[in-house]
Amino acid sequence: MDFNDTPEEAEYRAKVRAWLEENAPRGVKGASLGDEDESQMDACKAWQAKKAAAGYAQIRWPKEWGGGGGTTIQSVIFAQEESRMGVQLGGPFAIGLGMCIPTVMATADDETKKRFVGPAVGGETIWCQLSPDPAGGSDVAAIRTRAIKDESSVDENGDFDWVVNGQKIWTSGAHYADYGIVLVRTDPDAVKHKGLTMFWIDMKSPGVQCKTIHQMSGARGFNEVFFTDVRIKDSQRLGALHDGWNVSIITLMNERASVGGGGGARGGGAIKALQVAQKIRDENGDPLSNNSTVREKIAEHYVRAEGLRFTGMRSLTALSQGKTPGPEQSVTKLVQAAGMQDLAEFMVDLQDQAGIIRDPSLAVENADFQEMFLGSPGGRIAGGTDEILRNIIAERVLGLPGEIRVDKGVPFKDLPTGR
Amino acid sequence: MNFDFSEEQLALKDEARKFLAAKCPPDRVRKLMDEDSPGFDPELWAQVAEQGWLGAAIPEEHGGLGLGYLELCCIAEELGRAVAPVPFASTVYFFAEALLRAGSAEQKAKYLPQVVTGELIGTIASAEQAGAVSAANISAEVSGGKLTGVKLPVTDGAVAHHAVVLAKEGGKPTLYIVDLNGPGVAREAVNTIDRSREAARVEFKDAPVERLGEVGDGLALFEAINDRAAVLIAFEQVGGSDMCLEMAKNYALERFAFGRAIGGYQAIKHRLADMYAKNVLARGNAYYGAWALNSDAPELPIAAAGARISACDAYWFAAKENVQVHGGMGFTWEIDAHLHYRRSRQLALVAGSARNWKHRLVSMLERRNAA
Repeated sequence: MDFNDTPEEAEYRAKVRAWLEENAPRGVKGASLGDEDESQMDACKAWQAKKAAAGYAQIRWPKEWGGGGGTTIQSVIFAQEESRMGVQLGGPFAIGLGMCIPTVMATADDETKKRFVGPAVGGETIWCQLSPDPAGGSDVAAIRTRAIKDESSVDENGDFDWVVNGQKIWTSGAHYADYGIVLVRTDPDAVKHKGLTMFWIDMKSPGVQCKTIHQMSGARGFNEVFFTDVRIKDSQRLGALHDGWNVSIITLMNERASVGGGGGARGGGAIKALQVAQKIRDENGDPLSNNSTVREKIAEHYVRAEGLRFTGMRSLTALSQGKTPGPEQSVTKLVQAAGMQDLAEFMVDLQDQAGIIRDPSLAVENADFQEMFLGSPGGRIAGGTDEILRNIIAERVLGLPGEIRVDKGVPFKDLPTGR
Repeated sequence: MNFDFSEEQLALKDEARKFLAAKCPPDRVRKLMDEDSPGFDPELWAQVAEQGWLGAAIPEEHGGLGLGYLELCCIAEELGRAVAPVPFASTVYFFAEALLRAGSAEQKAKYLPQVVTGELIGTIASAEQAGAVSAANISAEVSGGKLTGVKLPVTDGAVAHHAVVLAKEGGKPTLYIVDLNGPGVAREAVNTIDRSREAARVEFKDAPVERLGEVGDGLALFEAINDRAAVLIAFEQVGGSDMCLEMAKNYALERFAFGRAIGGYQAIKHRLADMYAKNVLARGNAYYGAWALNSDAPELPIAAAGARISACDAYWFAAKENVQVHGGMGFTWEIDAHLHYRRSRQLALVAGSARNWKHRLVSMLERRNAA
């Protein structure tokens, strides 16, 4: 067990640090995924292009695909150093490079890959992932968006159009994405998971309409996406016909593998919480950081965040040794999301009456904790709710029985919809 | 970075697990508790000594294996998993560590070889009353090389041969080694919540002492020893937590109610998922502690606090919810859930409460931030 960098890792870190010192943009405020304004988006694209040119975008990918030809550890070191510099400009590309493009690379022909991979790595194009329907939610495969083959459109090469009608929801960044991958129902007579197919789609196709969703935090990072007679070529299909569920699992596996871990600051938000508590006075004029309850709570947040950081390092160790990480990483999102809400409530509460102020010019810490308070409920829902994550841990890690499923073996079209 | 145990260390852990499964099954622990025994299992103690575990981290020059603390952590995890009724923590994590940390060459040569063979059971005597150990809470006094005062509770105090005692000399907290079979020492076992681990009230009346370290260094040394013990105890707690989860999971799979395994109900599934999450966090924090302990890193006090706080939380949650998942059976003597319920509290208190460690951790963070 050695917690320190190996000499090679230290050397790489020094190299990265020097490059970042010279090239990293300063003072550009990052935005939450999908909520970037125009100037932030320009900064994001410029930074992504700069990284790609230097081989620091997609460090683990082969050079022929615009990557850096490096190792997992190197990509984590870069992410750590980038975050240390306070650069948070990767948001718009995260879904494309983490999920969509890996799916394209695993399923598409060379021509398609050449067309899409390089520009996505360089930040020239942005992708979104169109999976759940409004009726689906946690039941992701309950997709009603329907693709019907237009028999009259078959051309001399055997290619033809699918005509797509329906709606997707919770699609981050769809309003500015150039392309997307979309999961649609091609066979409603088959059982739920069997009749789905995955396609790539140009988001400017006629009949695609994005409508941003007004979130409780006030942000508008994700969308409803409506499909009205949208034509998608069969040659845009990713994977086999009716095999879309398995293709979407490739997407998911890639997301898991790309979870680096080991990043993040020591103690998460607990150090900031302590600094804030030192500045706020209690009823006797003493700093709140002297209060026992406050101290205990800060310690709990610190230890939880550190536990996650070390769990990431355990997974990383396995990856760097060419092993498959254990299931420990499965707790990360569950713990982190609930912890963030807990920390936000605690920190807003510490401020007493002033805790309601969200105006950055008047609020403690520029209203960071008020923003966290309003944004954190989304964290417990997005990318798998707390409840679904607990089911996954219980079933896949601990081997407990699955939920009683009344939809098993039933043709999708015959499933009750509740309305 | 390599944040994992080596193949050899994992093999040692595996071997320890098999050994304890054979020599220390839960019914043996329960039987010991039934018999109103001395709170430890002398036969198992001798076998543990034979394995060389007592000297895993003690240098070869003192008869130990000189392996290191990572190996000791592996053994600790398995002892915790088995709820082993032996004075291992008192002897190895506290007594031997106190000597390694503060002992003179003569003291090390005198005591450590006997620790390795299992002839010498050691312990530490710090608390005297309810509340955390502090200068204000110590009344035991040494004067002219003689100790007078009462220590309560002293874990393994009724069976130990020697104790490291925290007392004051001219008002200055200092550590001493005391022969518990020597003159001026009276001890009696006290009833405790964990009957598989014994504790005693030890009264000293002009008992001869041997000083350990310098006069006035007592509290600093005590904290340093506690840091080291906290990491090792965290591994016992992590082992216990994982065992609780395993027990609860197995029961949830075999117990049927309303026509199906209770492990299929979300009320149970989600509870076990939460147990798993806490166990994962505790293991991560414990690993960091292990690294800091083994490499004698300056981060050790912070790492030890993290390991302890996280492990106390995980083991308590796992132990109490394991009882709950077992329903009425969980509240019976015959089901082993109560062994962990008791041990989780014993381990959560023996190196000082998590509450106190949280305060210490924040003080250290304040100093680090100011620096």
